[in-house]
Amino acid sequence: MKLIEAKDISKIYRLGDIELAALDAVSLTIEGGEFLAIMGPSGSGKSTFMNIIGCLDIPTGGQYLLEDVDVDKLTRDELAHVRNQKIGFVFQGFNLLSRTSALENVELPMLYNGVSVKERRQKALVALKTVGLEGREHHHPNQLSGGQQQRVAIARAIVNEAPIILADEPTGNLDTHTSTEIMELFQKLNSESGITVILVTHESDIAAYSRRIIRFLDGHLVSDKSVIDDRKGHEREAKN
Amino acid sequence: MRSALTMLGIIIGVGAVIAMIAVGTGASKQIADQISTMGSNLLMVDPGSQTSGGIRMGGGSQQTLTLDDSYAIERECPAVQDVAPRLNGTAQIIYGNLNWSTGVQGTSPGIFSVRDWPLASGRPITADDVRSATKVAILGQTVADRLFGGIEPIDQIIRIKAIPFRVIGVLAIKGQSVMGQDQDDTVFVPITTAQKKLFGTAFPGMVRGIMVKARSAADLNDAQKQITELLRQRHHIGTTKDDDFSVMNLTQMMQAAEDSTKVMKYLLAAIASVSLLVGGIGIMNIMLVSVTERTREIGIRMAIGAKTWDIRLQFIMEAVILSLIGGIVGLVIGITGSYVISMIAGWPIDVSLISAAIAFAFSGIVGIFFGFYPAYKASLLNPIDALRYE
Repeated sequence: MKLIEAKDISKIYRLGDIELAALDAVSLTIEGGEFLAIMGPSGSGKSTFMNIIGCLDIPTGGQYLLEDVDVDKLTRDELAHVRNQKIGFVFQGFNLLSRTSALENVELPMLYNGVSVKERRQKALVALKTVGLEGREHHHPNQLSGGQQQRVAIARAIVNEAPIILADEPTGNLDTHTSTEIMELFQKLNSESGITVILVTHESDIAAYSRRIIRFLDGHLVSDKSVIDDRKGHEREAKN
Repeated sequence: MRSALTMLGIIIGVGAVIAMIAVGTGASKQIADQISTMGSNLLMVDPGSQTSGGIRMGGGSQQTLTLDDSYAIERECPAVQDVAPRLNGTAQIIYGNLNWSTGVQGTSPGIFSVRDWPLASGRPITADDVRSATKVAILGQTVADRLFGGIEPIDQIIRIKAIPFRVIGVLAIKGQSVMGQDQDDTVFVPITTAQKKLFGTAFPGMVRGIMVKARSAADLNDAQKQITELLRQRHHIGTTKDDDFSVMNLTQMMQAAEDSTKVMKYLLAAIASVSLLVGGIGIMNIMLVSVTERTREIGIRMAIGAKTWDIRLQFIMEAVILSLIGGIVGLVIGITGSYVISMIAGWPIDVSLISAAIAFAFSGIVGIFFGFYPAYKASLLNPIDALRYE
């Protein structure tokens, strides 16, 4: 079973008389355990595509299959459940709840799938340990550095044992050193736990941590290469 | 701080409702007590006719009620249990070097049953006393205390209007009437003695009124009819003429007064409820603002897996908590406020636990009702837009 299958996906917005195609006939397959980076300039459709992959949005054309389930057939609440179980979101701005402890932030997804209080606590503690934040469970976001906050967000993303992490510019608000730490954490989760990591970024350095780079332009998927090929391509361009 | 201000409407609403109901219930309870103090199943027969408005005209201008009328009523009205005719006035009571001015009531043996008023000591006025117009007196507790202090008043000689009377008994304590008068500040003498020796009569056998006790509450209407028929006959009143007397059902009057107090009470409570409504609107307002401010948070929750009703329940719960806290504070303020009012204004209050519970539950309902719309709005947000919200 393929993890993600995008078949001819399009997303068209109708603004009055004007039709805007944010995505046009995008097809893509992703297997479990991959580490992808999605790149492209603003307006290329990469964010739209990410929202569809993350089940936050539904395509207007084509088909999106997540673990062989056609997303189009799902209701709003069913989509929410899929997100809860299958997708771990990591945002550029961390998006933690303020005035709430790290532990409670990590527990949040489990509030929505009926996990008992005791089990919630345990799983959250394990997740925080995995991301290296043992000892900071009761700190609030304003008591944590940017890198630490992002780790909390990552712990939240993996706490329900979702097979996919969807990260939108996860290092955008972090300095170089911390960015490296976070990317290495993604790599660790990908190699040790087999989590599929899908990254959106516009920085080549960050994309280099992945093993496959997808490029969007004007709503189209224009290139899909493994990282070694991609790097070679760039070096060739630089030489020319 | 903002939450505290939001709750103000609920606090005032609940507090006001509780206080209003307490005051209103106290008032109607007072009236009910009035009925029991007077005695039960009573009819008041007064001379002079009644206007349609229920106001007695002339206060006895047509003096036509007599002692014989009262005997006739007792004898010939089967629904009647006891009668107590009265002729009263004020007089100076002297004992030794002490004097006391009070109301003196000429009455008959029936008075003790009619007024449900037992003796504390001594003997009552008897039919013989009335027949012979003996100069005997029964003192109310206040008069006994005033003139005799700790001394046993029975068999002592007092002077009423300079006429010597022998004390034959002391009444049990009755307490204050609803109007605030001291009911124990009184003296009973045989009605004939009052007629002949103390106050005189405008015509022979005159009485100023007759109190009648019916056999039971069910007999009140019959008693009223029987008395009216009897007196019309005795006074030779033609079928077309009005009564020259009035028979008033005291219980009925009191009931009517109690009913109108009840209406007043609920009206006041309804007005106070408006404040609850305003409070609810305040909560809705604040929740709407809260939803807007937390758009991003709602987006995060939705992205992480919150379903429609997860979001709705979250915000409804917050609204309910706000209104319940307001309800508790309002409860405390309403109850203490009721006691403060009763202390300052002297009004009777009756804090009903049931109405308090209802007002409190109502505040919870207000929270649910007014919290629903903001919760509903929150649940309709698009997670993608919400996450982008600044």
